[in-house]
Amino acid sequence: MNNKTVLFDKHLEYNGKIVDFAGWQMPVNYGSQMDEHHQVRKDAGMFDVSHMVIVDLGQGDIRAFLQYLLANDVAKLQLAGKALYSCMLNEKGGVIDDLIVYYMSDEWYRVVINAGTREKDLAWINKHAPAFKVNVKERDDLAMIAVQGPNARAKAFEALPVDVVEAAAPLKRFFGADCGDWFVGRTGYTGEDGFEIMLPSSEAAGLWDKLAAAGIKPCGLGARDTLRLEAGMNLYGNDMTEDTSPLISGLSWTVALDPVERDFIGRGPLEAEKAAGVKQKLVGLVLEERGVLRGHQKVMAEDETGQVVGEGEITSGTFSPSLQKSIAFARVPTGIGKTCKVEIRGKLLQAAVVKPVFVRDGQPV
Amino acid sequence: MSEVPSELKYTESHEWLRVEDDGLVTVGVSDHAQELLGDLVFVELPEVATEFVAGDECCVVESVKAASDVYMPISGEIVEVNEALADEPEIINTSPYDSGWLFKIKPSAEELADLMDADAYQAIIDE
Repeated sequence: MNNKTVLFDKHLEYNGKIVDFAGWQMPVNYGSQMDEHHQVRKDAGMFDVSHMVIVDLGQGDIRAFLQYLLANDVAKLQLAGKALYSCMLNEKGGVIDDLIVYYMSDEWYRVVINAGTREKDLAWINKHAPAFKVNVKERDDLAMIAVQGPNARAKAFEALPVDVVEAAAPLKRFFGADCGDWFVGRTGYTGEDGFEIMLPSSEAAGLWDKLAAAGIKPCGLGARDTLRLEAGMNLYGNDMTEDTSPLISGLSWTVALDPVERDFIGRGPLEAEKAAGVKQKLVGLVLEERGVLRGHQKVMAEDETGQVVGEGEITSGTFSPSLQKSIAFARVPTGIGKTCKVEIRGKLLQAAVVKPVFVRDGQPV
Repeated sequence: MSEVPSELKYTESHEWLRVEDDGLVTVGVSDHAQELLGDLVFVELPEVATEFVAGDECCVVESVKAASDVYMPISGEIVEVNEALADEPEIINTSPYDSGWLFKIKPSAEELADLMDADAYQAIIDE
Protein backbone atom coordinates (compact mmCIF):
# COMPACT_ATOMS: atom_id res chain seq x y z
CA MET A 1 0.00 0.00 0.00
CA ASN A 2 1.91 2.99 -1.22
CA ASN A 3 -0.58 5.16 -3.06
CA LYS A 4 0.26 8.74 -3.90
CA THR A 5 -2.13 11.48 -4.88
CA VAL A 6 -1.44 13.57 -7.94
CA LEU A 7 -0.23 16.31 -5.54
CA PHE A 8 2.49 14.18 -3.92
CA ASP A 9 5.35 16.08 -5.58
CA LYS A 10 3.78 19.36 -4.45
CA HIS A 11 3.80 18.10 -0.85
CA LEU A 12 7.53 17.42 -1.10
CA GLU A 13 8.12 20.78 -2.77
CA TYR A 14 6.21 22.53 0.06
CA ASN A 15 8.22 20.59 2.70
CA GLY A 16 5.40 18.28 3.71
CA LYS A 17 6.31 15.57 6.21
CA ILE A 18 4.94 12.41 4.64
CA VAL A 19 3.26 9.61 6.61
CA ASP A 20 1.19 6.59 5.71
CA PHE A 21 -2.56 7.19 5.97
CA ALA A 22 -4.89 4.34 4.98
CA GLY A 23 -2.31 3.17 2.45
CA TRP A 24 -1.69 6.68 1.10
CA GLN A 25 1.52 8.69 1.35
CA MET A 26 0.09 11.92 2.75
CA PRO A 27 1.52 15.04 4.43
CA VAL A 28 0.89 15.09 8.19
CA ASN A 29 2.21 18.66 8.35
CA TYR A 30 4.40 21.11 6.45
CA GLY A 31 6.35 22.22 9.52
CA SER A 32 3.99 22.84 12.42
CA GLN A 33 0.62 21.17 12.85
CA MET A 34 -0.21 23.80 15.47
CA ASP A 35 0.49 26.74 13.13
CA GLU A 36 -1.56 25.10 10.39
CA HIS A 37 -4.49 24.66 12.77
CA HIS A 38 -4.47 28.36 13.67
CA GLN A 39 -4.01 29.29 10.02
CA VAL A 40 -7.34 27.63 9.21
CA ARG A 41 -9.16 29.06 12.23
CA LYS A 42 -7.92 32.60 11.61
CA ASP A 43 -7.25 32.89 7.88
CA ALA A 44 -7.14 30.20 5.21
CA GLY A 45 -5.51 26.81 4.70
CA MET A 46 -5.72 24.06 2.10
CA PHE A 47 -5.69 20.29 2.30
CA ASP A 48 -5.05 17.68 -0.36
CA VAL A 49 -7.96 15.28 0.05
CA SER A 50 -7.53 13.59 -3.30
CA HIS A 51 -7.24 10.23 -1.55
CA MET A 52 -10.96 10.45 -0.81
CA VAL A 53 -13.26 8.67 -3.21
CA ILE A 54 -15.67 10.50 -5.52
CA VAL A 55 -18.50 8.38 -6.91
CA ASP A 56 -21.03 9.58 -9.48
CA LEU A 57 -24.42 7.91 -9.62
CA GLY A 58 -26.35 8.11 -12.89
CA GLN A 59 -29.30 6.59 -14.73
CA GLY A 60 -31.94 4.44 -12.99
CA ASP A 61 -33.93 5.49 -9.94
CA ILE A 62 -31.09 7.12 -8.02
CA ARG A 63 -33.29 8.73 -5.39
CA ALA A 64 -35.01 5.43 -4.49
CA PHE A 65 -31.60 3.72 -4.41
CA LEU A 66 -30.12 6.27 -1.99
CA GLN A 67 -33.27 6.22 0.14
CA TYR A 68 -32.64 2.49 0.59
CA LEU A 69 -28.84 2.70 0.89
CA LEU A 70 -28.52 5.59 3.36
CA ALA A 71 -29.76 6.18 6.90
CA ASN A 72 -30.44 9.84 6.18
CA ASP A 73 -33.21 10.62 3.71
CA VAL A 74 -32.23 12.14 0.36
CA ALA A 75 -35.86 13.28 0.05
CA LYS A 76 -34.53 16.27 2.04
CA LEU A 77 -32.58 17.23 -1.09
CA GLN A 78 -35.05 19.32 -3.07
CA LEU A 79 -32.79 22.02 -4.49
CA ALA A 80 -30.16 21.24 -7.13
CA GLY A 81 -26.68 21.29 -5.61
CA LYS A 82 -27.80 20.62 -2.04
CA ALA A 83 -25.60 18.28 0.00
CA LEU A 84 -26.55 15.82 2.73
CA TYR A 85 -24.37 14.08 5.33
CA SER A 86 -25.33 10.47 6.00
CA CYS A 87 -24.19 7.13 7.30
CA MET A 88 -24.30 4.02 5.15
CA LEU A 89 -25.27 1.13 7.44
CA ASN A 90 -24.92 -2.63 7.31
CA GLU A 91 -27.81 -5.02 8.00
CA LYS A 92 -27.07 -4.86 11.75
CA GLY A 93 -27.27 -1.06 11.87
CA GLY A 94 -23.48 -0.66 12.17
CA VAL A 95 -21.76 2.07 10.20
CA ILE A 96 -20.00 0.99 6.99
CA ASP A 97 -18.97 4.59 6.32
CA ASP A 98 -20.09 8.19 6.58
CA LEU A 99 -20.35 10.26 3.43
CA ILE A 100 -21.63 13.37 1.74
CA VAL A 101 -24.08 13.15 -1.13
CA TYR A 102 -24.73 16.07 -3.49
CA TYR A 103 -28.01 16.19 -5.43
CA MET A 104 -27.12 17.70 -8.78
CA SER A 105 -30.13 16.56 -10.82
CA ASP A 106 -32.50 13.60 -11.00
CA GLU A 107 -29.93 12.01 -13.34
CA TRP A 108 -26.83 12.80 -11.30
CA TYR A 109 -25.91 12.48 -7.63
CA ARG A 110 -22.31 12.77 -6.45
CA VAL A 111 -21.14 10.89 -3.35
CA VAL A 112 -17.84 11.42 -1.51
CA ILE A 113 -16.64 8.57 0.71
CA ASN A 114 -13.57 7.89 2.85
CA ALA A 115 -10.27 6.64 1.46
CA GLY A 116 -9.77 3.98 4.13
CA THR A 117 -13.11 2.33 3.36
CA ARG A 118 -12.90 2.56 -0.43
CA GLU A 119 -13.04 -1.15 -1.30
CA LYS A 120 -15.85 -2.20 1.00
CA ASP A 121 -17.91 0.93 0.25
CA LEU A 122 -17.71 0.41 -3.50
CA ALA A 123 -18.52 -3.28 -3.10
CA TRP A 124 -21.57 -2.41 -0.98
CA ILE A 125 -22.80 0.31 -3.34
CA ASN A 126 -22.28 -1.91 -6.38
CA LYS A 127 -24.09 -4.78 -4.68
CA HIS A 128 -27.28 -2.77 -4.19
CA ALA A 129 -27.23 -0.50 -7.26
CA PRO A 130 -28.42 -3.02 -9.88
CA ALA A 131 -31.84 -3.45 -8.24
CA PHE A 132 -32.42 0.23 -8.96
CA LYS A 133 -30.64 0.10 -12.35
CA VAL A 134 -28.26 2.78 -11.11
CA ASN A 135 -24.92 3.27 -12.79
CA VAL A 136 -21.98 3.65 -10.36
CA LYS A 137 -18.88 5.42 -11.61
CA GLU A 138 -15.79 6.04 -9.51
CA ARG A 139 -14.17 9.33 -10.51
CA ASP A 140 -10.51 8.46 -9.99
CA ASP A 141 -9.77 10.96 -12.74
CA LEU A 142 -10.47 13.79 -10.28
CA ALA A 143 -8.37 15.35 -7.53
CA MET A 144 -9.82 17.16 -4.53
CA ILE A 145 -8.49 20.16 -2.61
CA ALA A 146 -10.26 21.57 0.46
CA VAL A 147 -9.74 25.28 1.18
CA GLN A 148 -10.91 26.18 4.67
CA GLY A 149 -10.96 29.20 6.93
CA PRO A 150 -12.72 32.56 7.29
CA ASN A 151 -10.79 34.00 4.31
CA ALA A 152 -10.64 30.80 2.27
CA ARG A 153 -13.42 31.58 -0.17
CA ALA A 154 -12.27 35.13 -0.89
CA LYS A 155 -8.69 33.96 -1.46
CA ALA A 156 -9.80 30.99 -3.57
CA PHE A 157 -11.65 33.36 -5.88
CA GLU A 158 -8.27 34.90 -6.77
CA ALA A 159 -6.94 31.50 -7.81
CA LEU A 160 -9.87 29.71 -9.44
CA PRO A 161 -10.73 30.01 -13.17
CA VAL A 162 -13.26 32.78 -13.83
CA ASP A 163 -16.11 30.47 -14.85
CA VAL A 164 -15.58 28.34 -11.73
CA VAL A 165 -15.70 31.48 -9.57
CA GLU A 166 -19.00 32.40 -11.21
CA ALA A 167 -20.40 28.98 -10.33
CA ALA A 168 -18.98 28.97 -6.77
CA ALA A 169 -19.64 32.55 -5.66
CA PRO A 170 -23.43 32.26 -5.17
CA LEU A 171 -23.21 28.93 -3.28
CA LYS A 172 -24.87 28.82 0.12
CA ARG A 173 -23.43 26.60 2.84
CA PHE A 174 -23.72 22.90 2.12
CA PHE A 175 -24.39 23.38 -1.58
CA GLY A 176 -22.24 22.39 -4.53
CA ALA A 177 -22.04 23.43 -8.18
CA ASP A 178 -20.33 22.00 -11.23
CA CYS A 179 -18.56 23.84 -14.00
CA GLY A 180 -17.38 21.59 -16.80
CA ASP A 181 -15.15 18.95 -15.20
CA TRP A 182 -14.75 21.10 -12.07
CA PHE A 183 -16.97 20.91 -9.03
CA VAL A 184 -17.06 23.16 -5.97
CA GLY A 185 -18.88 22.33 -2.73
CA ARG A 186 -19.24 24.85 0.08
CA THR A 187 -18.46 22.08 2.53
CA GLY A 188 -15.57 20.91 4.65
CA TYR A 189 -14.28 19.07 7.69
CA THR A 190 -12.92 21.85 9.89
CA GLY A 191 -15.89 23.81 11.27
CA GLU A 192 -14.87 26.79 9.14
CA ASP A 193 -16.33 28.19 5.97
CA GLY A 194 -14.68 27.19 2.72
CA PHE A 195 -14.82 25.01 -0.37
CA GLU A 196 -14.05 21.48 -1.38
CA ILE A 197 -12.84 21.71 -4.97
CA MET A 198 -12.89 18.66 -7.26
CA LEU A 199 -11.07 19.02 -10.54
CA PRO A 200 -9.29 17.02 -13.25
CA SER A 201 -6.11 15.50 -11.78
CA SER A 202 -3.98 17.07 -14.50
CA GLU A 203 -4.97 20.56 -13.30
CA ALA A 204 -4.51 19.97 -9.55
CA ALA A 205 -0.82 20.93 -9.23
CA GLY A 206 -1.43 24.19 -11.08
CA LEU A 207 -4.33 25.10 -8.82
CA TRP A 208 -2.30 24.19 -5.71
CA ASP A 209 0.37 26.74 -6.68
CA LYS A 210 -2.23 29.40 -7.46
CA LEU A 211 -4.03 28.85 -4.15
CA ALA A 212 -0.71 29.09 -2.31
CA ALA A 213 0.12 32.30 -4.18
CA ALA A 214 -3.27 33.68 -3.06
CA GLY A 215 -2.19 33.16 0.57
CA ILE A 216 -3.88 29.85 1.31
CA LYS A 217 -1.25 27.85 3.20
CA PRO A 218 -0.84 24.08 2.79
CA CYS A 219 -2.03 22.14 5.87
CA GLY A 220 -1.56 18.47 6.69
CA LEU A 221 -3.68 15.68 8.04
CA GLY A 222 -2.53 16.50 11.58
CA ALA A 223 -4.28 19.87 11.59
CA ARG A 224 -7.24 18.35 9.78
CA ASP A 225 -7.73 16.01 12.75
CA THR A 226 -7.56 18.68 15.48
CA LEU A 227 -9.82 20.97 13.45
CA ARG A 228 -12.50 18.33 12.89
CA LEU A 229 -12.41 17.22 16.52
CA GLU A 230 -12.85 20.79 17.77
CA ALA A 231 -15.69 21.20 15.27
CA GLY A 232 -17.45 18.13 16.65
CA MET A 233 -17.12 16.07 13.50
CA ASN A 234 -16.78 12.31 13.73
CA LEU A 235 -13.90 10.33 12.23
CA TYR A 236 -14.83 7.00 10.72
CA GLY A 237 -12.95 4.10 12.33
CA ASN A 238 -12.50 6.06 15.60
CA ASP A 239 -15.89 7.42 16.57
CA MET A 240 -18.05 4.95 14.70
CA THR A 241 -17.40 1.58 13.09
CA GLU A 242 -19.32 -1.39 11.71
CA ASP A 243 -19.87 -2.48 15.31
CA THR A 244 -21.46 0.74 16.54
CA SER A 245 -24.82 2.16 15.56
CA PRO A 246 -25.16 5.86 14.71
CA LEU A 247 -27.43 6.18 17.76
CA ILE A 248 -24.48 5.67 20.14
CA SER A 249 -22.07 7.64 17.94
CA GLY A 250 -23.53 11.12 18.18
CA LEU A 251 -25.16 10.66 14.78
CA SER A 252 -28.86 10.26 15.64
CA TRP A 253 -29.46 13.58 13.88
CA THR A 254 -28.40 11.94 10.62
CA VAL A 255 -30.82 9.02 10.93
CA ALA A 256 -34.20 9.77 9.36
CA LEU A 257 -36.69 7.31 10.89
CA ASP A 258 -39.54 9.42 9.48
CA PRO A 259 -41.34 8.67 7.27
CA VAL A 260 -41.89 5.20 8.74
CA GLU A 261 -42.62 3.77 5.29
CA ARG A 262 -39.06 4.32 4.12
CA ASP A 263 -37.18 1.05 4.29
CA PHE A 264 -33.43 1.54 4.50
CA ILE A 265 -30.63 -0.91 5.25
CA GLY A 266 -30.15 -1.10 9.03
CA ARG A 267 -33.53 0.41 9.88
CA GLY A 268 -34.86 -2.61 11.81
CA PRO A 269 -31.95 -2.88 14.26
CA LEU A 270 -32.00 0.88 14.89
CA GLU A 271 -35.74 0.82 15.65
CA ALA A 272 -35.21 -2.10 18.01
CA GLU A 273 -32.31 -0.33 19.72
CA LYS A 274 -34.42 2.78 20.17
CA ALA A 275 -37.42 0.81 21.48
CA ALA A 276 -35.21 -0.98 24.03
CA GLY A 277 -33.71 2.34 25.13
CA VAL A 278 -30.36 3.52 23.79
CA LYS A 279 -27.74 2.63 26.44
CA GLN A 280 -24.80 4.79 25.41
CA LYS A 281 -24.09 8.15 23.83
CA LEU A 282 -21.19 10.12 22.44
CA VAL A 283 -20.23 13.15 24.53
CA GLY A 284 -17.49 15.74 24.50
CA LEU A 285 -14.87 15.84 27.26
CA VAL A 286 -12.69 18.73 28.36
CA LEU A 287 -9.78 17.68 30.57
CA GLU A 288 -9.55 19.90 33.64
CA GLU A 289 -6.04 18.81 34.59
CA ARG A 290 -2.77 18.70 32.71
CA GLY A 291 -2.46 15.85 30.24
CA VAL A 292 -3.76 14.73 26.88
CA LEU A 293 -6.88 12.66 26.23
CA ARG A 294 -6.34 9.90 23.66
CA GLY A 295 -8.44 7.25 21.96
CA HIS A 296 -9.20 4.10 24.03
CA GLN A 297 -8.58 5.68 27.45
CA LYS A 298 -11.08 4.45 30.03
CA VAL A 299 -13.76 6.85 31.29
CA MET A 300 -15.50 6.55 34.69
CA ALA A 301 -18.87 8.19 34.09
CA GLU A 302 -20.38 10.06 37.05
CA ASP A 303 -23.99 11.14 37.61
CA GLU A 304 -25.01 14.60 38.83
CA THR A 305 -24.05 13.66 42.40
CA GLY A 306 -20.59 12.42 41.44
CA GLN A 307 -21.45 8.72 41.83
CA VAL A 308 -19.84 6.44 39.26
CA VAL A 309 -22.60 5.11 36.99
CA GLY A 310 -20.52 3.03 34.61
CA GLU A 311 -17.54 2.95 32.31
CA GLY A 312 -17.01 4.38 28.88
CA GLU A 313 -14.18 4.90 26.45
CA ILE A 314 -12.62 7.78 24.57
CA THR A 315 -13.05 7.37 20.81
CA SER A 316 -10.95 10.38 19.69
CA GLY A 317 -8.81 12.65 21.82
CA THR A 318 -6.27 15.36 21.26
CA PHE A 319 -4.91 18.65 22.50
CA SER A 320 -7.09 21.49 21.24
CA PRO A 321 -4.89 24.26 19.82
CA SER A 322 -7.82 26.70 19.90
CA LEU A 323 -8.82 26.06 23.53
CA GLN A 324 -5.30 25.17 24.78
CA LYS A 325 -6.83 22.24 26.65
CA SER A 326 -7.20 18.59 25.91
CA ILE A 327 -10.57 17.58 24.41
CA ALA A 328 -12.13 14.30 23.34
CA PHE A 329 -15.20 12.41 22.21
CA ALA A 330 -16.16 9.53 24.49
CA ARG A 331 -18.80 6.81 24.30
CA VAL A 332 -20.36 6.64 27.76
CA PRO A 333 -23.48 5.34 29.57
CA THR A 334 -26.50 7.61 28.96
CA GLY A 335 -26.82 8.24 32.72
CA ILE A 336 -23.68 10.40 32.75
CA GLY A 337 -23.96 13.87 34.33
CA LYS A 338 -21.57 16.78 33.94
CA THR A 339 -18.35 15.13 35.14
CA CYS A 340 -16.22 12.04 34.72
CA LYS A 341 -12.76 10.74 35.39
CA VAL A 342 -10.38 9.53 32.72
CA GLU A 343 -7.69 6.97 33.41
CA ILE A 344 -4.37 8.08 31.97
CA ARG A 345 -1.33 5.92 32.75
CA GLY A 346 -2.87 4.64 35.96
CA LYS A 347 -4.04 8.04 37.23
CA LEU A 348 -7.64 9.25 37.35
CA LEU A 349 -7.96 12.79 35.96
CA GLN A 350 -11.01 15.03 36.19
CA ALA A 351 -12.88 15.99 33.01
CA ALA A 352 -16.03 17.99 32.26
CA VAL A 353 -18.73 16.43 30.10
CA VAL A 354 -19.99 18.74 27.34
CA LYS A 355 -21.79 18.60 24.00
CA PRO A 356 -19.40 17.11 21.43
CA VAL A 357 -18.64 20.37 19.65
CA PHE A 358 -15.95 22.74 20.87
CA VAL A 359 -15.27 25.39 18.22
CA ARG A 360 -17.33 26.71 15.28
CA ASP A 361 -16.43 29.50 12.87
CA GLY A 362 -13.39 30.38 14.92
CA GLN A 363 -15.27 30.77 18.21
CA PRO A 364 -15.33 28.46 21.27
CA VAL A 365 -18.80 26.93 21.69
CA MET B 1 18.57 18.62 8.82
CA SER B 2 18.54 17.89 12.56
CA GLU B 3 21.22 19.24 14.84
CA VAL B 4 23.47 16.70 16.59
CA PRO B 5 25.88 18.54 18.91
CA SER B 6 29.23 16.77 19.01
CA GLU B 7 29.83 17.14 22.78
CA LEU B 8 26.74 15.07 23.78
CA LYS B 9 26.05 11.34 24.17
CA TYR B 10 22.99 9.72 22.61
CA THR B 11 20.71 6.68 22.83
CA GLU B 12 18.92 4.74 20.11
CA SER B 13 15.64 5.95 21.59
CA HIS B 14 16.70 9.56 20.86
CA GLU B 15 17.60 10.84 24.31
CA TRP B 16 20.72 13.01 24.65
CA LEU B 17 22.98 13.25 27.72
CA ARG B 18 25.40 15.89 28.90
CA VAL B 19 27.85 15.34 31.77
CA GLU B 20 27.95 18.51 33.85
CA ASP B 21 30.94 19.81 35.83
CA ASP B 22 29.38 18.60 39.10
CA GLY B 23 29.12 15.03 37.79
CA LEU B 24 25.36 15.15 37.28
CA VAL B 25 23.99 14.11 33.89
CA THR B 26 21.41 16.25 32.10
CA VAL B 27 18.96 14.44 29.78
CA GLY B 28 16.68 15.63 27.01
CA VAL B 29 15.29 14.48 23.67
CA SER B 30 17.20 15.10 20.46
CA ASP B 31 16.37 17.63 17.80
CA HIS B 32 15.54 14.73 15.50
CA ALA B 33 13.09 13.35 18.10
CA GLN B 34 11.29 16.66 18.60
CA GLU B 35 10.94 16.98 14.83
CA LEU B 36 9.37 13.53 14.66
CA LEU B 37 7.04 14.28 17.56
CA GLY B 38 5.83 17.63 16.28
CA ASP B 39 4.37 20.36 18.47
CA LEU B 40 4.71 19.30 22.11
CA VAL B 41 1.79 20.05 24.41
CA PHE B 42 2.45 18.10 27.61
CA VAL B 43 5.33 16.57 29.53
CA GLU B 44 4.92 14.16 32.43
CA LEU B 45 8.20 14.44 34.31
CA PRO B 46 9.55 11.89 36.78
CA GLU B 47 9.45 12.62 40.51
CA VAL B 48 12.62 13.98 42.03
CA ALA B 49 14.45 11.42 44.24
CA THR B 50 13.12 8.46 42.25
CA GLU B 51 15.70 5.86 41.29
CA PHE B 52 15.59 4.13 37.92
CA VAL B 53 17.56 1.48 36.08
CA ALA B 54 18.77 2.18 32.54
CA GLY B 55 15.96 1.42 30.08
CA ASP B 56 13.09 2.21 32.47
CA GLU B 57 10.24 4.33 31.16
CA CYS B 58 10.61 7.40 33.31
CA CYS B 59 8.93 10.29 31.51
CA VAL B 60 6.29 10.91 28.84
CA VAL B 61 6.33 13.65 26.23
CA GLU B 62 3.13 14.28 24.32
CA SER B 63 2.67 16.14 21.08
CA VAL B 64 -0.68 16.99 19.52
CA LYS B 65 -0.23 13.76 17.59
CA ALA B 66 0.82 11.17 20.14
CA ALA B 67 2.35 10.26 23.51
CA SER B 68 5.92 8.97 23.57
CA ASP B 69 7.87 7.40 26.40
CA VAL B 70 11.26 8.71 27.38
CA TYR B 71 13.62 6.01 28.67
CA MET B 72 16.15 6.34 31.45
CA PRO B 73 19.41 6.35 29.46
CA ILE B 74 21.60 5.35 32.43
CA SER B 75 20.85 4.07 35.92
CA GLY B 76 20.60 6.61 38.70
CA GLU B 77 18.49 8.96 40.78
CA ILE B 78 16.46 11.88 39.45
CA VAL B 79 17.82 14.95 41.24
CA GLU B 80 16.15 17.75 39.32
CA VAL B 81 13.43 18.19 36.69
CA ASN B 82 12.78 21.06 34.31
CA GLU B 83 9.69 22.63 35.92
CA ALA B 84 9.41 25.22 33.13
CA LEU B 85 8.12 22.48 30.83
CA ALA B 86 4.86 22.25 32.79
CA ASP B 87 3.71 25.58 31.38
CA GLU B 88 5.74 25.67 28.20
CA PRO B 89 6.35 22.16 26.82
CA GLU B 90 6.98 23.75 23.41
CA ILE B 91 10.45 24.80 24.67
CA ILE B 92 11.47 21.26 23.71
CA ASN B 93 10.65 22.11 20.09
CA THR B 94 12.48 25.42 20.08
CA SER B 95 15.48 24.50 22.24
CA PRO B 96 15.85 20.72 22.58
CA TYR B 97 19.48 20.82 23.77
CA ASP B 98 19.34 23.85 26.02
CA SER B 99 16.28 25.20 27.84
CA GLY B 100 14.26 22.16 26.73
CA TRP B 101 16.18 19.70 28.94
CA LEU B 102 14.00 17.19 30.84
CA PHE B 103 15.77 16.04 34.02
CA LYS B 104 19.13 15.57 35.75
CA ILE B 105 20.45 12.25 36.97
CA LYS B 106 22.94 11.34 39.69
CA PRO B 107 24.44 8.24 38.04
CA SER B 108 24.65 5.02 40.05
CA ALA B 109 26.81 3.05 37.62
CA GLU B 110 29.47 3.55 34.97
CA GLU B 111 27.29 3.28 31.86
CA LEU B 112 28.11 6.42 29.92
CA ALA B 113 30.78 4.71 27.86
CA ASP B 114 28.14 2.36 26.42
CA LEU B 115 26.23 5.24 24.81
CA MET B 116 26.66 6.60 21.31
CA ASP B 117 28.70 9.60 20.35
CA ALA B 118 27.39 12.20 17.90
CA ASP B 119 28.77 10.43 14.81
CA ALA B 120 27.17 7.12 15.71
CA TYR B 121 23.83 8.79 16.44
CA GLN B 122 23.98 10.79 13.21
CA ALA B 123 24.47 7.52 11.34
CA ILE B 124 21.35 6.08 12.97
CA ILE B 125 19.08 8.99 12.10
CA ASP B 126 20.42 9.09 8.55
CA GLU B 127 19.21 5.53 7.97
